[in-house]
Amino acid sequence: MTWTWFHRLGSPPYVYRLAGRLTPWFAWSAAVLILIGLYGGLVLAPPDYQQGNGFRIIYVHAPTAWLSLMVYTWMGVAAAVGLIWRIKVAHAVAAACAPIGASFTAVALATGSLFGKPMWGTWWMWTPRLTSELLLLFLYMGYMGLRASFDDTQRADRASAVLAVVGIVNVPIVHYSVVWWNDLHQASSITLTGKDTIATSMLVPLLVSLLGFSLYFGAVLLVRLRAEILRRERAAAWIREALA
Amino acid sequence: MSPAAPSLTSPLLAARLVITRDLMLAFRRREQLLHPLAFFVLVTAMFPLSVSAERSVLRTLAPGVLWVAALLAALLALDFLFRDDAQDGTLEQYALSGQSLTWLLLGKTGAHWLLTGVPLSVMAPLMGYTLGVPASASVGIMLTVALGSLALSFIGSIGAALTLGARRGGVLLAILILPLAAPILIFGSRATELAIRGEVYVAPMELLGAIVVLSFTLAPLAAAAAVRISLE
Amino acid sequence: MTIQFDTLGQFLAMGKYAAYVWPSYGLTLLVVVLNIIWARRSVAQAKSDARRRLAMQEEQP
Repeated sequence: MTWTWFHRLGSPPYVYRLAGRLTPWFAWSAAVLILIGLYGGLVLAPPDYQQGNGFRIIYVHAPTAWLSLMVYTWMGVAAAVGLIWRIKVAHAVAAACAPIGASFTAVALATGSLFGKPMWGTWWMWTPRLTSELLLLFLYMGYMGLRASFDDTQRADRASAVLAVVGIVNVPIVHYSVVWWNDLHQASSITLTGKDTIATSMLVPLLVSLLGFSLYFGAVLLVRLRAEILRRERAAAWIREALA
Repeated sequence: MSPAAPSLTSPLLAARLVITRDLMLAFRRREQLLHPLAFFVLVTAMFPLSVSAERSVLRTLAPGVLWVAALLAALLALDFLFRDDAQDGTLEQYALSGQSLTWLLLGKTGAHWLLTGVPLSVMAPLMGYTLGVPASASVGIMLTVALGSLALSFIGSIGAALTLGARRGGVLLAILILPLAAPILIFGSRATELAIRGEVYVAPMELLGAIVVLSFTLAPLAAAAAVRISLE
Repeated sequence: MTIQFDTLGQFLAMGKYAAYVWPSYGLTLLVVVLNIIWARRSVAQAKSDARRRLAMQEEQP
């Protein structure tokens, strides 16, 4: 029973229609959660003891940074699936992820700078966390650049998939950089065990915000995915229906 | 040169044959080997000209300068890793030969390192001397650059394979490889810096060594996949 | 759950961090909106390309 469902995910027309149906759910729930999360973070959460009201940047910085990593993971996994099992839809997912991930990596770096200037006194430092996040941006750009350099979509898919898989090694490096090295960037503020390093009233809007942005990514991905599927489908039959 | 029954040739022997072939072909056009070296010398020379000719300043900059120059020279040299063989159809023959393409590429990349990385690591202490580095650090510089350039050759082979079919692959290759090469640069220049100061440089060398092991086991796999994609 | 600011002025000033907080939120909002626009444009482009392809195919005897 579950196996047929999985097989259907390999069918472009099925995924095209499914994506169209799911998008509103993702989009609206994302909008609601982001608004609640940002309102909670901007207005309701108490100011930080050390960082005052400046810490509220975290309600946009953390989700965008989280997105930059999560999107790359999705991209890499989809690329691997597409390479190994030669599934076009998987390549379409990877292609759809890249611009989203790249733009959010850039915003993560920018909001991080805006967070760092008042807190550390500098716009930028070559610490492991910041440097590897910058490298992540270049990995995205390299991925998109490599895609663009091929005229044939299939070759572009497969070549960029190899790059995406190779670059996955950077994701754990970014994430664990604050654990492995002494970094200026603070270690994770969200711990599930041990003594909490963040107050609940601050934590809840953050979690809501994170969830909201993740759902937002889902919505945008689903829209882009439809475009990528259309681009890869030459068979006229189902497309004619879909466009009518 | 190919054996009558390919299945009798072990992958290791095939790799050695590839190394021998590549080395022989390279020696027939020896001048080409000088290009990356000349580039290395020129880039290194740019720094005293543009930053400062003061020996103390140069000595502080030396590890970084040597490594950036070596990295750029290696990137330039990666261009000829696959190009000739792709153009004359040899690469296609490798892919079709029934031999493990991974092992063949392991051989090719190893030969490439012998032709570019090793000369670079011999040249590095010489340029280091011009940057005010004491001659006693020569062995340390040679070892660190040799190990780092080995990792660079392997990681670079992935990029070279990916950009084979692409237009204007040269700059794209650099953009693809430099993020992945950053750890090599970080640990390599750290090791060279310690060697220059006369301190023990075992720790970063071990990390470099780990990267080398990781890259020569995994990179040929990725490069083989990329070559097959480029040849389609 | 109380509102942490007494006046709108205080809210906009964000302690003394306004110059950092508001551009951060602004940039994030910008990218959120841009991604939506790009995604929809991407679909529109793909659809028109597909329509054109279909039309060309139908023209061929």
